[in-house]
Amino acid sequence: MVLVYAEATNGQFKKAAHEVITYGKKTADILGTECHALVLGDTPGAEALGKYGAGKVYRVSGASLAAFDAAVYTAAIADAAKQLGATVIILSHNSTGKNITGRLAARLEAGSVPGANTVPEMRDGYFTVRKPVFSGKAFADVQLLTDVKIISVAGNSIPVKESGAEASVETLEISLPEPRTKVVKHQVATGRVPLPEAELVVSGGRGLKGPENWGVIEDLAEALGATTACSRPVADSDWRPHHEHVGQTGVAIRPNLYIAAGISGAIQHLAGVNNSKTIVVINSDADAPFFKAADYGVVGDLFEVLPRLTEAVKKYRGQ
Amino acid sequence: MKLLVCVSKTPETTTKIQLTADGKEIDTAGVQYIMNPYDEWYALVRALELKESAGGSVTILNVGPADNDSVIRKGLAIGADDAVRIDVSEEKDSLYTARQIAEYAKSQAYDIIFFGKETISYNGSEVGAMVAEFLDLPYVGEASHLEVDGGKATITRDIEGGEEVIEVDTPVAVSAAKGMAEQRIPNMRGIMMAKRKPLEVVAAVDYPDTTRIVTYEKPEEKGSVKLIDPDNMDELVRLLHEEAKVI
Ligand SMILES: Cc1cc2nc3c(=O)[nH]c(=O)nc-3n(C[C@H](O)[C@H](O)[C@H](O)COP(=O)(O)OP(=O)(O)OC[C@H]3O[C@@H](n4cnc5c(N)ncnc54)[C@H](O)[C@@H]3O)c2cc1C
Ligand SMILES: Nc1ncnc2c1ncn2[C@@H]1O[C@H](COP(=O)(O)O)[C@@H](O)[C@H]1O
Repeated sequence: MVLVYAEATNGQFKKAAHEVITYGKKTADILGTECHALVLGDTPGAEALGKYGAGKVYRVSGASLAAFDAAVYTAAIADAAKQLGATVIILSHNSTGKNITGRLAARLEAGSVPGANTVPEMRDGYFTVRKPVFSGKAFADVQLLTDVKIISVAGNSIPVKESGAEASVETLEISLPEPRTKVVKHQVATGRVPLPEAELVVSGGRGLKGPENWGVIEDLAEALGATTACSRPVADSDWRPHHEHVGQTGVAIRPNLYIAAGISGAIQHLAGVNNSKTIVVINSDADAPFFKAADYGVVGDLFEVLPRLTEAVKKYRGQ
Repeated sequence: MKLLVCVSKTPETTTKIQLTADGKEIDTAGVQYIMNPYDEWYALVRALELKESAGGSVTILNVGPADNDSVIRKGLAIGADDAVRIDVSEEKDSLYTARQIAEYAKSQAYDIIFFGKETISYNGSEVGAMVAEFLDLPYVGEASHLEVDGGKATITRDIEGGEEVIEVDTPVAVSAAKGMAEQRIPNMRGIMMAKRKPLEVVAAVDYPDTTRIVTYEKPEEKGSVKLIDPDNMDELVRLLHEEAKVI
């Protein structure tokens, strides 16, 4: 049985949860088994997870789950997996997942693939999963050699698919440990989709010349409904917040559309963005290395090109 | 405070990854290695700052072959007091690596065990969490700030689109992300002193492989770029909609 940990963010099941269940369902189909979802805490709307392929939803409740604690969440998932006899456990490779996946693997002494980007296959008799390595410069096919297998799925790796109907929700009794960490502040920017989950990203580099010029990036992002990003020197100079920095030593992203303006395309920048489906590069230097990694290129001054592109997007969206 | 910093070795960031002809391995010919940036820039430097303000010691630990000693010496040159290398003949999987770190650390009573947010080679983000579980320690991943005050740590961690502040009693395991500290460049004196600092080599304990990388592949090369006239952004929007189908 495949057990998927469906995480609720800010009181709702969102894209990340739907993605992992879609992934879990496909995995279960390959193995000829069932896919069930696990929910920790009392978030409403868990029945709807059935639509993405969960046969059943299991819920664990308890005061210890009120705020996130990696050890408590790990214990809950591990015990649920044991009770239900799960052989594959699937989570999101997001900040929660990164705090849990390793713990879960150690607790169950199970092989894990963190950040998988394709659905597993049986190859030469082995359960094999692909993941990006070297920040996207290559992919590795990893065999999982243990009876229980753990996979965390990179965001935007698989299109969400509705395949079923609402599922029944059953409560699981699990005794939970006391949390040892205390969350004293939890702060998320509302509005924009967080960068790792964003399907459309508009990014600016040193070609913008200064933080006061970011309006041209913001306007295009606004018109597209995109999230903003930047190159490393831009974040290092505090022109933009650190969490916008993409690349080998920043956030690795794989949106459908990545628009880069005033970014030269250094290898460390490309490493974090070259798994994007479509790349548009706007640069005044026709020899900028980024054009070699782009699908569409505009050779021109970004201060002229970006406002024109924003207008064109508005015109298209207005139709 | 007794501090441990786990460091790994990765190809230098400008490395163009090449595969062997059969695609089974990374072609390491000519590849230069560095200490994983998250381990060096953030984890190690924050540990050194804590030692400088509160006293104690900073030990760096690597699980790897003797070739890794040069990377370890760099950590000593930046300021760690001593180092441990758990001797394995080749790179092993995450759970094996974590098991070795936990075996060594379990009798050492560290107040904080530092990791990097991820290795920029395997991009796992899991070794720190594994060690924490083996040692039954609380773990905070992707931390951008860390303060310690008399056995209590206050840690800010990155979450999607924001951050969370966490209080936890030491001992604790932490993985360091950008923001935690500023990179330090070793000076001549540090480099000279590093040669005389202790580097203990410890035998590995047996542990089975739980995963195995069987093949590598490189991403498909992009075809040649389609250039659009800067005066015709309607055309770009049309292509993004009709051809690329992304808007
Ligand atoms: C260990 C290490 C790790 C690194 N990790 C990262 C990482 O994770 N992410 C990252 O981004 N970088 C990283 N870097 C830095 C990287 O090597 C480059 O220095 C950086 O990406 C360059 O940023 P940039 O393209 O914004 O600036 P530049 O290289 O200065 O490029 C600016 C570009 O803007 C163009 N331009 C200027 N004016 C205009 C205009 N008016 N209109 C249009 N175009 C214009 C120029 O032609 C140029 O191509 C790393 C470096 C090291 C050593
Ligand atoms: N071979 C190793 N020796 C010591 N520490 C390691 C090793 N591999 C990984 N680590 C630590 O674990 C962190 C996360 O690694 P990973 O899970 O591979 O992304 C790294 O940033 C290091 O701090």
